[in-house]
Amino acid sequence: MAGKTVAVLRTGVANVASVLAGLRRAGADACLVDDARSVEEADQLVLPGVGSFEAAMTQLRSRGLVEPLAQRVCADRSTLGICLGMQLLGSGSEESPNVAGLGVFPERATRFDSCVRVPQLGWNFLSIDSACRLIQPGCAYFANSYRFTEAPVGWRAAWSDHGGRFVAALERGSILACQFHPELSGAWGVALLRRWVTASEAEVVEC
Amino acid sequence: MLIRRVIPCLDCRDGRVVKGVRFSNLRDVGSPIECAGAYEAQGADEIVLLDVSATPEGREHQVQTVRAVRETLSIPLTVGGGVRSMENARGLLEAGADKVAVNTAAVDDPSLIDELAGRFGCQCTVLAVDAARNQDGSWCIVVQSGRTRTGLDAVDWCRDGVQRGAGEILLTSFDRDGTRSGYDLELLAAVTHRVSVPVIASGGASSPEHMFEALRAGADAVLAAGIFHDAKFTVADVKNFLARNGIEVRQ
Repeated sequence: MAGKTVAVLRTGVANVASVLAGLRRAGADACLVDDARSVEEADQLVLPGVGSFEAAMTQLRSRGLVEPLAQRVCADRSTLGICLGMQLLGSGSEESPNVAGLGVFPERATRFDSCVRVPQLGWNFLSIDSACRLIQPGCAYFANSYRFTEAPVGWRAAWSDHGGRFVAALERGSILACQFHPELSGAWGVALLRRWVTASEAEVVEC
Repeated sequence: MLIRRVIPCLDCRDGRVVKGVRFSNLRDVGSPIECAGAYEAQGADEIVLLDVSATPEGREHQVQTVRAVRETLSIPLTVGGGVRSMENARGLLEAGADKVAVNTAAVDDPSLIDELAGRFGCQCTVLAVDAARNQDGSWCIVVQSGRTRTGLDAVDWCRDGVQRGAGEILLTSFDRDGTRSGYDLELLAAVTHRVSVPVIASGGASSPEHMFEALRAGADAVLAAGIFHDAKFTVADVKNFLARNGIEVRQ
């Protein structure tokens, strides 16, 4: 369904211009939101993420968004987490050891092994769990220093390798969490955004 | 395995893409929006847009250019040239840059790197370095588009920048830039062995072979301008050559 409105959560430091432009290319009307009510009510919500784990959680907490976000994802309402926005769904990160994440699943983000260049800046291949519906094989653009090495139970995963296997993306129903940046991943990324924008309603019914 | 990147560079002056030799004798190449779109279509992995305007008025085009390029570009956009402050950087990021490159301003005040990385993250913070060879074989940093030679050692400066939070080094050989004689491979090897972050090779490329050599010398990405502007080779030509020679690229 092209022309749908997608709410993008304003996180202060993220490259929201790229996210908004990417969603527009995928056929969605995108708008910025920053309040709990929008997080609760938006048909589709994007949680972009750039910056540190602690700064992002502090900002979500100060605006009363932690509970609405966690509830939204737990209720399988269409949500897209990008980069740090994916890591925030877990229980925490080695980046900010004393800060709790949204806790949607228990996995914790850890730093890439020091045998490879960190941050990971560039394109990497994806291998896909056969059950994935939104994510397809391809090549995606990453910009991260931390990552999950295990997929949570109940989620379908895509994997990449940078000094060892890590989780490139997760999907469950209409929830899509990408460690890479779909908005910067060329035509492949636009197609993925379009599948998330258009597939969500059918998927929600299934969940 | 992270894939090696091929990055066309758009040097922009007063809102137009230009090409020069050793940072001077500029000539017009075209519109940044059209150039960026054409290179993405050829398979570019990223676009670097550097403002080389001589005046503050010329620089005012930069934010508008970034905004217009962002609207159509679906690959990463790194923007630099004349970034003097956190405010400059914020304006460019809000307009749609994914990474901001700092050069002279960081040499004048290295704490700018700490501030940028602290506020926007190291993956947003690129340290652009122009290095010129000294008579003893080492390299020093040159600033202000090459007009001023500093006493700063290039390898030490790159290490310092990374410790301060730079997530990537854009390493330009001032001696090779615009000369078409190939990248300074010794400079590349010296820097890539001493820093943990990705290094983009820049300055001197005129053939796919030069790019292959730079990647083999340790570069994570290769940047070039003239080779693509002159349509001597497309990005796809370069990637085909690299793939035939055993380097993994995105095709």
